[in-house]
Amino acid sequence: MTQNFKGRDIISIRDLSKQDILTILDVAKKLEDKPMPNLMKEKIMATLFFEPSTRTRLSFVSAMERLGGKVLGFENTEVTSVKKGETTWDTIKMIEQYADIIVQRHPIEGAARLAAEASSIPVINGGDGANQHPTQTLLDLYTIKKEKGKLDNLNIGFVGDLKYGRTVHSLCIAMSHFRTKLYFIAPDALQMPKSYLEDLDKKGIPYVIEKDLLKAAKDLDVIYMTRIQKERFPDPVEYNKLKGVYQIDKSLLNHTKKDVKILHPLPRVDEIKKELDDTENAAYFRQAGNGIPVRQAIIALVTGMI
Amino acid sequence: MAKEKLTKEIKIPAIKNGTVIDHIPSRVTLKIIRLVDPQEFEHTISLALNLKSKKIGKKGVIKLSNRFLTKEEVSKVGILAPEATVSIIKDYKIKEKIHVKVSDMIEKIVKCSNPNCITNIEKVKTRFNIVTEHPLKIRCAYCERTMSRDDIKLN
Ligand SMILES: [Zn+2]
Repeated sequence: MTQNFKGRDIISIRDLSKQDILTILDVAKKLEDKPMPNLMKEKIMATLFFEPSTRTRLSFVSAMERLGGKVLGFENTEVTSVKKGETTWDTIKMIEQYADIIVQRHPIEGAARLAAEASSIPVINGGDGANQHPTQTLLDLYTIKKEKGKLDNLNIGFVGDLKYGRTVHSLCIAMSHFRTKLYFIAPDALQMPKSYLEDLDKKGIPYVIEKDLLKAAKDLDVIYMTRIQKERFPDPVEYNKLKGVYQIDKSLLNHTKKDVKILHPLPRVDEIKKELDDTENAAYFRQAGNGIPVRQAIIALVTGMI
Repeated sequence: MAKEKLTKEIKIPAIKNGTVIDHIPSRVTLKIIRLVDPQEFEHTISLALNLKSKKIGKKGVIKLSNRFLTKEEVSKVGILAPEATVSIIKDYKIKEKIHVKVSDMIEKIVKCSNPNCITNIEKVKTRFNIVTEHPLKIRCAYCERTMSRDDIKLN
């Protein structure tokens, strides 16, 4: 079953079937329960970060090193990260000589697909602009499964910036493989794009559009919080008005199921108050930790080591 | 039917040799005429808009004298107007009638509408998958942005 992963690229959640997703989550669980510190010995992972993302990079590095592998790479910290002249294609053709697997983060959408086409070794997309970040989605799924014990028959509420939120879009696509009901809780200006809703219609996945978190709260098994970014608003007054509406604190728990789990892709700004951190409901730090077994599973599967 | 034919004959003179593109939805007719680069073209081009059509409401017709469409151009017509027919005229007679249609995968001829897409930044041939045919929706194989017919710009 794991055989069909060898040599594959992980570029978009759309490329993964339900079975693919379940296989990755399965292997992740095995690696979490029984770490394999020598599995990737003698193997090298190249991390090509054309834009900075310390969190994602460190998670990948930790995942690889805990499997006994080595890491090389760069992280471009300049704002204008794509230098004129050298193309993605040429960079990849060079790097593939140095490593067994590539993780790429790039500010341009579609750069990951292009890298995969150029590369003879597996490419993992660590984020391509506003488009995809499949390992984040897989660790989100892993977290939901671990926290709730299942992926079916759940009511999942997405809160905050659903229009631009890449993690929300991908998780929405992934969840549509399962029997779920999705709640999109956001101001009109930041609601889920129509194309995603049409996809859900096509698949017959029920969903609710809601402005008020408190109205939906009692139904939810999972609350997936996201950050509302100031840059999205031309008017700072509008921003300040909206961001407050989607900040949560302990009082929210008076309106929810007792065992609701709160997720967040992090970093947070002030949409989740610190006072929630030590509740059983707060799953967001465990979620970040889940990045390790999930990325280990992906690395091991596509290199054919497991 | 007879009436429609009559109107057409009055408004657009027949051509001896060339191509007739018919049953084009009126709103995309001007987009299609741009495909043949009308300024550079030296022969006659006749164009009619807002003709009555039972099938598609208002339609446009384009007649190109001494001009035949390449395969790529026919696919472009198919993307903009899958309802259209392309007829090749030889000696005032229809020699061949092509029903254009959208192929499963669109390559090269469409430009991605996302300015931050790698295909608009590096030299990469575009590629799109069909999401739905009616109404036409395509998705960029690179940035995954979906476009409807109105967003589509041809290369
Ligand atoms: Zn694109």
